Amino acid sequence: MSPSEKYTAAAYLVVFVAVLVYVVIIGSKLQRLQRQVAQLVDLVRENRTDG
Amino acid sequence: MKAIRLPVLAGGATALLGLGIALAFFYAPTDPDQGLSQRIFYVHVPLALTSYACFGWGAWKALRYLRTRDERADLESYVAIHQGVIFGALTLLTGSIWARISWGVWWSWNEDQLVLFLVLFLFYCAYFMLRFSVEAGAARANMCAVYALFGAVLIPVSFLAIRLSKRFIHPVVFNSHGPQMTGSQFVTFCICLAAMLALFATLYAIELAGKRLDASLRELRELLTT
Repeated sequence: MSPSEKYTAAAYLVVFVAVLVYVVIIGSKLQRLQRQVAQLVDLVRENRTDG
Repeated sequence: MKAIRLPVLAGGATALLGLGIALAFFYAPTDPDQGLSQRIFYVHVPLALTSYACFGWGAWKALRYLRTRDERADLESYVAIHQGVIFGALTLLTGSIWARISWGVWWSWNEDQLVLFLVLFLFYCAYFMLRFSVEAGAARANMCAVYALFGAVLIPVSFLAIRLSKRFIHPVVFNSHGPQMTGSQFVTFCICLAAMLALFATLYAIELAGKRLDASLRELRELLTT
């Protein structure tokens, strides 16, 4: 691989990795939101049984 | 205006990105001077223009907030600026890689275009320091909106710097005579720019939806626990 090819591949790879990292961050955030929704569902159930 | 559904937006962005990369490597001609490394242009320049668009969109939403005091506009401005910083960081990274292969250096402090873009980038990085150092509320939203509007002034300065500068090595592709490239290069560039803008729109919509969902859940929790 020539230096030109290496640097061009690196430039495109940087963007690809950044998008991938962003997707991973959003994915983990989505999981956190899912856990929070589940906790709220439990809370509503508890309130209903108490009431 | 009816909002475009997120899956359609994401699908369009993915298709445009795939098409853009295919055109950049298999359709656009190889530059006789720079060779293969010139193809970094198709990712670097659309990234830079998209970051300007993000900051511009953030400033527009900030202006809307100041006019209407609508909290949604404040959140939209914040998310647009966050996206702008991500695209700006990628612009600096890809530009640095291109500079290394073309000029033999990772960075040149003598280049007005580079330094002004860095100033713009750092200015918007400081936006987050301001935002997270003040307690949430109307005062924070006002300060952030004014700050975002000030930053918008730097966008045309950064964009025009290269055209006003007399001494530069950074190439000028778009000048008063139009785009200085062949038809196939211009088509590829336009597709890549559309792809980056679609990527921004997708990430903006995803982040905004996540932030709104987060706020709604917090409100719901407060309602249930009090």
